Formats: sequence, C-alpha cells, structure tokens
Amino acid sequence: MSTSTIDPKVVESKVKSIIADQLGVGEDEIKPESSFIEDLGADSLDIVELVMAMEEEFEVEIPDEEAENIKTVGDAINYINTHKK
Amino acid sequence: MPFAASAERNVTNRRVVVTGTGMISALGTGTEKNWQAMLAGKSGIGLVTRFDPGKIDARIAGEVKDFVPEEFIDRREVRRMDLFAQYAMAAADMAVKESGIPIGLDTPNGYAPEKVGVIVGSGIGGISSLEEQHRKGLEKGFDRLSPFFIIQMIVNMAPGLISMRYNCKGPNWAPVSACATSAHAIGEAWKSIRLGETDAAIAGGAEASITPLGLGGFAVMKALSTRNDDPAGSSRPFDKERDGFVMGEGAGIIILEEMEAAKKRGANILAELVGYGANSDAYHVTQPAPEGEGAARCMRLALQTAGMRPEDVGYINAHGTSTEFNDANETKAIKTVFGDHARKLAVSSTKSMTGHMLGAAGGAEAVVSVQVLTRNVLPPTINQTTPDPTCDLDYVPNHARDAKVDAVMSNSFGFGGTNAVLLFKRFK
Repeated sequence: MSTSTIDPKVVESKVKSIIADQLGVGEDEIKPESSFIEDLGADSLDIVELVMAMEEEFEVEIPDEEAENIKTVGDAINYINTHKK
Repeated sequence: MPFAASAERNVTNRRVVVTGTGMISALGTGTEKNWQAMLAGKSGIGLVTRFDPGKIDARIAGEVKDFVPEEFIDRREVRRMDLFAQYAMAAADMAVKESGIPIGLDTPNGYAPEKVGVIVGSGIGGISSLEEQHRKGLEKGFDRLSPFFIIQMIVNMAPGLISMRYNCKGPNWAPVSACATSAHAIGEAWKSIRLGETDAAIAGGAEASITPLGLGGFAVMKALSTRNDDPAGSSRPFDKERDGFVMGEGAGIIILEEMEAAKKRGANILAELVGYGANSDAYHVTQPAPEGEGAARCMRLALQTAGMRPEDVGYINAHGTSTEFNDANETKAIKTVFGDHARKLAVSSTKSMTGHMLGAAGGAEAVVSVQVLTRNVLPPTINQTTPDPTCDLDYVPNHARDAKVDAVMSNSFGFGGTNAVLLFKRFK
C-alpha cells in the first residue's frame, strides 16, 4: 500500500494514537502545539522510540539531524506529511 | 562437632531490624496471600502457559498468575521495565507501605535520603527483554532495537528504579549470585547498616526468567523436574522421589532499619536480623561440595556473626531445591553444624510450594522467616510421601505446624558454589 494516499487527518490521528500509547497520555491531551518533553513528559529515550514507531508506521526515514528538530506533535505531523512517499 | 559460638563480637554492633515485607510468587501477590497459601500447603506449580515449551522436557513452573503491574507502577513506566523489575518495584512498594518508613528529613523522624540504601538483585535480570530484542534484531536489523532494551535488561535497574521512587540516595547496587542473590542483598544491607554506612535499606531480589532460554537452559542441565503429569507434586524437596527443581519467579523484598532509629520513630518491628554468612565452596560450577562443606561453614559464619549457639535456632528455612544433590548435602551440612540439635529443630523448604525463585528465593524466604517469628507457625514442606534415608530430619511434612521459635535461619546456595545464610531472631 502506498502511503501517498494517506489523508493528513489520518496522519494526525495515527501520530496521536502512537504518542498516546507510548507515553501513556490521553489523546485529548495531545495538541499540535504540545511539546514532547515539556508538555507530554517524554525523555530522550521516549523520543527515539517515537521516531522509530513513526518511521515504521509511515514508511519514512527520519534522520537524526531532522529528528532533533521535531519538538512538538505538530512538527512530527508536518514532517510526515512532507516526507511520506 | 557442633560449633561453639565465639565470645567475641564484631566491633560495630548497631542492631538491625525488619519493619516491612513484600513478596510475589506463584502463590500470589502480597505477603499475606503467600503466607495463607503456605499454611494451606498449596502448590503454586502448573504447566508453563507463558510460551510453548516445545521440546523442552520440563514443561512445568511456578508462574505468577495474579500480578497486575499497573496496581503498583504508572502504566507508562510499565512499558519501560522488564517483568523482573516490575516485580521488584511492586514488592518494594508493599514493603515500604507495610513499614511506613519515613524517608526525607522533612518528615517526622525521617531518614536522611543519603543514608538509605537499596540493594536489590536478580539472578538473571531482564532475559525476556533480551530474547525479544534479539528476535527483533534478527528480523528487522540491530539498528531497530527498542531504546529501552538495555535499561530493561540490566539487573541494577531494579534498585535504581526503587531509589528514584522513594528518594533513596545511599548505596545502590545489585548483587548477582544465582540462587543466593537476594540473601546476599539482605546480608550486605545488614552489614551496611551495622557499620553505619546507612541507617536503613530496601533489600531483596526479583526474578522473571521463565522464558524459552531460561527454562530450556536449566532443562538441558538436567536440573529441572520433569514430573509434567503432576505439576503440584513436582517440587518435593527431601522426598525420595524428587527429580529436580521447578522454576519459580517473583520477588521478595524487606525493609531494614537501624534498631534505635526504628524504635524512635515507633516502627512496628517484625524481627531482628542478627546474623549473616557469605562464602564459597570453591569446588564445582553446579554441584555442592561433598558433605555440604561450604554450606556448613556458611551456617557457622551466620551463627558466629550473631554470637549465637546452634541450640538457639528453632527453625531453618532450607535452600531445599528438590534436587538430588542439594537436599542430601544440605541435610548433611545441617547435621554437621547442629549436631544432636539437628534432630530437634524443624527444617522446611517453602520451594515445595513456590518453586525455586532463583535470585528472588532468598528474599522471599526472608519474608517467610519473618512471618514464622511473628505468627508462630512453621510452613510445611509439601509432597512428603516417600522418606529418603539421606534426608532424615524433621521437614515439617505436608502440614503447617504451630510452634514458637526464637531464631530462624534461612539458607541460600547458588550455582558457582556461592552460599549466603541469614539469621533472624524474635525481636525483644
């Protein structure tokens, strides 16, 4: 299945679901402006795991130097929307 | 010859008491559940359900069945911990709650965090995480491992996590000495308090190694019982029909405090830990030294540190693994140390009910030893049907027995020839 047909809304909902599952937070707490570290309580290991989970879910590659710039939920969604194949 | 206690005592004589216990085993989660099951002589052993043992000839184990980690640990943290660390956290939580130990100088009679140690070990550590991540590496590549893998696997994450929860800033480490692990943990915590390095400690061990590698590994050594058609009868220490140990799992953790501090804060003191012996057989990787020579020396060391005589001990919670070698040699060692008194004291192996909890065994059996002193009942050795002439002591066969004893010895001997013995006394 090609990911190019994924609706941005679907991306957002899947990203939120991954975050909710891995960080143990309610999906209603996850907003595009939420910072992984400051708002959602993630640490550096959580972020590595989140990046890997998103790479696998959306079949994208997120290089370390790009991952460093992903600070908020919105950053992650934007990255996936612009880089998905 | 029976050992005569030395009149000399160690220079540092701070006394150490037990104020809380936490235990998880195949018999249940919580000290009370375990104790009630033991009084009923219940076996926690069943067929392995967690995975398909395939061609492994031992298909039985004492799996923990009722553990809900989220009752003790934040859901998000649970994902980051191996099962052994979850057991450790939960048992520590139960022990801390029972003791009511105040940590922090801002609480009345609180201990300085820097003077509270956590010594909690595991025989094997996060082996299920290791197996899972190795499988993932082979399938997806070793660049796709979980970033939590190492912290799940390493043994000292158990005391590390416990220290973070309770703000214990004293010594923090994890002994790894096979089946003697958690007896060593408790003994070393005792030493630390006795010497003044710490004033209180959380000590014990946890194990969760009923996995394909764990079960398969012990099975190919021919160490395990293969009585698959009779799981409840499979762990039968000292019985002639015994055919190996049965893997168990869980945790046993106790709270130790310096006696004067515990009294000052009005703690409910359950027992005193008065002696500890640690030594080595220097003989063989798995077999005990002939006649249980190392075990006997270790029991004597425990008596010596306590300044007690063999006649003072009323009950021994035996290592009693249900293997041919251990049970016969441990019996010989007890006779060597206790002489005529060996016929008068009671000995039982609660592994007959929990299975062998490996690195958690000494901690769990310390919890049991404390219950013996506070409740005046001896737990039985179940599955005693066929007497073995080489095992001819009073093993409290099949039924719990009311008895008031003043001192309890707990034996733990591990692969590698390592031994640890703890000695508990009724608190007066």
